[in-house]
This record gives sequence, structure tokens and C-alpha cells, in this order.
Amino acid sequence: MGNEAIGRGIVECGCSVATSYPGTPASEILESVVTFCKETDSRMHIEWSVNEKVAYEVALAASCTGKRAAVAMKQVGLNVASDPFMRSAYLGVKGGFLLVSADDPGPHSSQTEQDSRFFAMFAKIPVLDPSSPREAKEMVRLAFELSEEYEIPVMLRPTTRICHARQAVPLLDPERVARAARFEKDPKRWCATPRFVTDLHRGLTAKLVRIGADPRLVPAFFPGDGTVPRTAIVGSGVAFAHTLDVLDEMELSGKVDCYQVKVPYPLPTEFIESINSGYDRIVVIEETYPVIEMQLANRRIVGRGSKLVPNEGELTPEVIRGVLVKFLDLAPAPAPAASPAPGARPTLCAGCGHRAAYYAISQTFPRGIFPGDIGCYTLGMNLGAVDTVHCMGAGISQAAGFYHAYAQDGAEFPTVVATIGDSTFFHSGIPALVNAVSQNARIIVVILDNATTAMTGHQPTPQLGTTASGEQGRPVFIRDIVRASGVSFLREVDAYDVQAMTGILREADRYCRGGDGGVAVIIASSPCVLAAEAGAPQAVQAVRISEECTGCRECLDMFECPAIVWDEGASRAGISQGACNRCGVCVSACPIQAIVIDQEGDPA
Amino acid sequence: MRQRIIISGRGGQGVLTLTRVLAEAAMAAGHEVITTETHGMAQRGGAVLSTIKVGLFHGPLIAPGEAEVGLFLHADNLPVHGHYLRSAAAAIVNAVNLAGHDFVDAERLAALAGESRAANLALLGFAAGKGVLFVGADLFEQTIRKTTPAKYLESNLAAFRAGIEAAR
Repeated sequence: MGNEAIGRGIVECGCSVATSYPGTPASEILESVVTFCKETDSRMHIEWSVNEKVAYEVALAASCTGKRAAVAMKQVGLNVASDPFMRSAYLGVKGGFLLVSADDPGPHSSQTEQDSRFFAMFAKIPVLDPSSPREAKEMVRLAFELSEEYEIPVMLRPTTRICHARQAVPLLDPERVARAARFEKDPKRWCATPRFVTDLHRGLTAKLVRIGADPRLVPAFFPGDGTVPRTAIVGSGVAFAHTLDVLDEMELSGKVDCYQVKVPYPLPTEFIESINSGYDRIVVIEETYPVIEMQLANRRIVGRGSKLVPNEGELTPEVIRGVLVKFLDLAPAPAPAASPAPGARPTLCAGCGHRAAYYAISQTFPRGIFPGDIGCYTLGMNLGAVDTVHCMGAGISQAAGFYHAYAQDGAEFPTVVATIGDSTFFHSGIPALVNAVSQNARIIVVILDNATTAMTGHQPTPQLGTTASGEQGRPVFIRDIVRASGVSFLREVDAYDVQAMTGILREADRYCRGGDGGVAVIIASSPCVLAAEAGAPQAVQAVRISEECTGCRECLDMFECPAIVWDEGASRAGISQGACNRCGVCVSACPIQAIVIDQEGDPA
Repeated sequence: MRQRIIISGRGGQGVLTLTRVLAEAAMAAGHEVITTETHGMAQRGGAVLSTIKVGLFHGPLIAPGEAEVGLFLHADNLPVHGHYLRSAAAAIVNAVNLAGHDFVDAERLAALAGESRAANLALLGFAAGKGVLFVGADLFEQTIRKTTPAKYLESNLAAFRAGIEAAR
């Protein structure tokens, strides 16, 4: 897998500190670092940090001591880390410093399809754009070398189709970089006050000019045979790999001059000149924003500017084929048949505690407003219990904003219930909670604690007290943080206990509306059913659907458990015993009590 | 040798495992191979797709109308991902009954083999038995032996072999 190739590359380069916060498509990078460190007996400090900003700062400081360091995240994680990121370009680094920011054109699992290469350009640091997992691993080494040579952070920008692509990759023994930590104090640099910043900025610009002229970083050239003269295809990343496959499929391999840009920023100066003077027709194929195209700044280019290349979405082989057909004036391929059907939508797992909590919330407050957050529990939108999903940690702040907007109208304000997962709470929910408390918001915050970071593959949260390498850490408890944030209403409940949860929600609503009301926090716990390390689910009870079922479909539509199926023959609901997790929560989801605990049923 | 294969299913059905087995088998047979798969939220029961390109290719994605083989772990995904197949493609579907396609009740075969989660391997066995894949069943069996934890090995192999039998 591309992420494993990157992780392996980090270990092979003798990196000393690697940090990350999980997020698709980047999550497996740090996990691979752990695996390959163990396999090669390499010593490294490896951490799942609480968020990307912290991850960036920890790794950056390690680099300031002269050691090699790496930080990995998804592209929107870099938004969170943008503050230390932007300044690190000015101040530079000592030991090689690699930033991996994984983009998600499409997007498949992200709030935006933003292009991290643009972010690199904004920060003024070089970015490498791999076209395959193999190349991603090679570029890790190049990034460390460039970073040390020019004392600058270097970004590696893989996309989903690199991160989650699998390919055979050559393995090398890890370099044993035995450097002792040595931080050299230099206040003009590490504490740079505005007075010193312009000089640092001047130094940065000079570095970029030198990097733009570095002969190692020129694009790879795939010459054509002259049949299509003065015409060039310029591409980068996996979109370039797909371009080669499409040309092959169209029997045009080796007919047109092709260039693979490996460093989209700073685009090599000589390349800009040779493209602009050597060709009359140029198309640029890159994901997702026109980074190369803008630096070429040539009006003869057909690409984003001329709308030949779509400005949005993933550049899949069929999209690239359409672009090349128009660019090369070829006869279009026959249009594909009817557009494909939408696939099944994702849903919370059978027995997931989040479903129970959401069911209780939506049933208790049919007219409530429900700001949500990022994680598996975003799927609470299927249950009508998530009204907004914005970015990590936004749910609590949005809840406060909703409250203030309604409360100032004077009329009775709606019940506002924010939901947030345990890992997201640590990531960026804490400042939002402190803020809501101090600003007198009257909202309910439900922290859905499933004892893991489930969506991205079960990374540990700070509460578990386990490090990325599986060693003993020091657990930090959510309840302690909530109390320390000034919350006076705190209740903890087993998420499976819908009745108890409903009672607490009503009590919380009364508290919010009372004379001394404020933020009410409920920690609804239920270990993730997919994570062995999160512990076994509490309740174990088989259920069946009795003869009383009228086929009203309430359980199917409102509860949406994958184990409740429609029994066509009997025209009523049924339980798929193979899929059922035996949590027994659905008993409360039937309006006429036709879902019953099956005493004879197999409880295992 | 060049072959483009799609594997279509629902999150949780073992699409990723099957992708890996096919890729490892291709490497064991000395072929270049590049694959891609679905991660993230879609894994929670949503429709997921993997692509496998055996032979000299650069990128991992397959364009509509290009795949020579389709393995469908869920018959409902035929209208979702069927357009990736070329007209002469072999479509192998996990279904109790399905007119017009090569189908096998992979879930039943896996349950009989003692591991209901091995329906993916029963479907692979069926496809290998039909002879539509880039290598024969023997190499897949070796790959399964190499990649499966000991605890599941016997039942997984039994499911795979039941698939081969069903293809006869």
C-alpha cells in the first residue's frame, strides 16, 4: 500500500521522531512506521498526537535538534496545522523534516478536495508529487535530503489513489543515523520577532530560487516520435500515471511528448522556459488545482483556464481520456451506457452504541437542532440526529452559535444537542467546550465515547493510555477535562441503555433552561463493536420479532440497524441473526413492542 | 499477461482481503500488479470497489468498459459497478440465483466450510475454478496459506475449495 511504502521510507531514512493524527487517506502511514520499526529493530519516538497542529510542532522541534523527523496527516489536517506550518517555512529546519499531506480528489472521505500543493506554494516550501507507491517511497528519501540541504520543510503530497494503491516496492535496510539531540539556541531564528522576519523571508525566497534550479528536480521526459509536433502533455501525480495508461489504451504511447513534473512547486525554472518556448499546444493534467498551470503562466495552455480539464472532481482515466480526445482532436469514444446506480449508503454497524444514543436524542427532542462532528457518528445523519457536519470539533461551537442566535430573539430557544466522538473531543472539542461554558451557552453536549478512533482504523485515544507503539502511556480522562472546563452538569451513561439516556437528556434540557443553566455534558459510553481492544459490548441478548409486528417499517426507517431486515414473505420485519450483535437496543425502537428479547435465543 | 479485475461488494464483506490475495498471487506469479481500494466511511456497509491491474500499467484505476473480470460479492452492486466491465468480460456474482450471470451462493459455501466470513474466498475459488483469472487455483491456494492466520486457515481453505468444486 502507498501508505506502507511511505511509512517504510520514513523508517529506512533513519527518522527519529514520527507523529500523526489519523485521517483517511493518511492513517496507515504512522501504523506502518510502527510495524517497520519493530521489524527492523529501529528506535523511534512514534506518536498519535491529539491533533495535527500538535503533531506538527512535536516533529518540528525534534528536527530543530538536528534529528530527522516526519509528520503525516490528511489534507484538512494541514488546515489545523497551518499555523506552525506557515512559520516553519520562514524559520527553516535542521534535521530533515518531512511533512506528508495526503489529498483526496473526489473527494472520497473528506470535507473538501483542496490541493495541498497550493498550500505548499502559499507557505513557500517545496512539494513532491508521487505518481505511484514506489515513487512515493523514493520521494521520502529525496524529501529528507532536500530538507537537510536547504534547511527547509519538504512536503510529500500523495493522493488517495497513491495512499491506497498497492504495488511491489523494493525494501532497503534502514539507515542508522546516529545523531545526538543538539538544540543550538538562536533567538533571532527560533524566536524571530517581526524585526528579524523580513530577513528570514528573504532567505526563504533565495532558497526557493536555488531549489528551482536544482538539476535533480527536473521533470521526467517521455519523448514522442514527432507524429504530433510541437504538442506537449504535462502531468503530475497519479493523474500522470493514468494519462500514460490512457495513451496506451488509445494506441498513442510514444507519439506525443510527455513530461512528468515531480516537484510542482517551485516548478523548475528551466522547465518553464523550455515548455513555453518549445511547444504551441500544451495540456496540463494535475490534481486538484492548477498549481503547475499557473506557474507556467502561458495563455496557450489548455487546461483549467480553458475549461478543457474539469476544475472539480477526480481525474479518473475516463475523464483524462475525454480531455485527450479533445486536445488531440480525435474522434470521441462511444458514450457510456446509462449512468450507474448509486451504491448502498454506509450505515452504523449492527450493535453500534452510537445508534442507541442517536435514537434516544432524536426521539426525546423531535424539534431539536443537532450539530454533529467528524467520525463514524457522522452517520447519525441517517437517523435524523445529525444536522450539521463541518470540520473537526465544530459541533460544540456551532451548538453555542445556534443557541446565541436563537436566544437573542427572546422566544423559547430550541434544544440544541451537539454530538462529538471521544477522539474528536481531544482533537479540538476541548477549546470549544471551554468557550461555550464561559460564554453562557445553554446547550447539551453528548460525548460519544467508544474508546477508540473507529472511523480511521482504531487508533488509541489519550484516554486509553496506550501509545502508537503499544507501550504504556498516561491516560487522560474525558470526565476530568469536562469538569475542569467548568461544566457543572455531567452525567455518564451506558449508551445501550436507551431508557436511562432518555431520562438524562430530559434532565439535561431542564438544567439548560433553569435559572442557573449552562452547558450540560453527557458521556455516552459503548465500546466500538469492531475494536477488540475497546472491550466487549456490555449487553448480550438475542432478539426476535413477534407475531405482533404490523410491518409499519418504523424500526427499518428510524433505527436503520443492518441486522433488521424486511421479510418479504411475511410482510414484516425480521432479524438477520448472522448480522445481529445481540445488543437488544432495538427493543425500544418498536412502537408496539413487537421486538422482544428471545429467552431461548443463542446469547453468544 | 495483462488483466484488469474489479472486486465489488459492501463494506465488511472482505473486499480488501480479496484484493490482497489477488495482488499477492500476481506477484508470486512474477507479474507487475497495481491495485486500489476503498477506505474510510464507505467501509461501514456502503458499496465499495477495488481494482486490480495485472501486467504493465502505471495507474491503479480502471475506466468504464475496460475490466476483463468482475467479482461481485453483492448482486445489488451489478448496476452500481457493472459498467466497468467490457462487453466480453467474465462477471462472477455471489448470489443464490441470478439469471444471465455466472453465480454461486458463496455465503452458503462459506457457512458450510465453517467460516461464514470467508464468502469472499469461496467466490474467488469459483472464479479460479471457472478459469477466468490470470493464474490457476493452485497459486491462489498457496497465497491463502501464506496470508491467512493459522486460526482461520482450515476453514478459509475449505471455503476456497468449495468454490472451485462448485465451478465444475
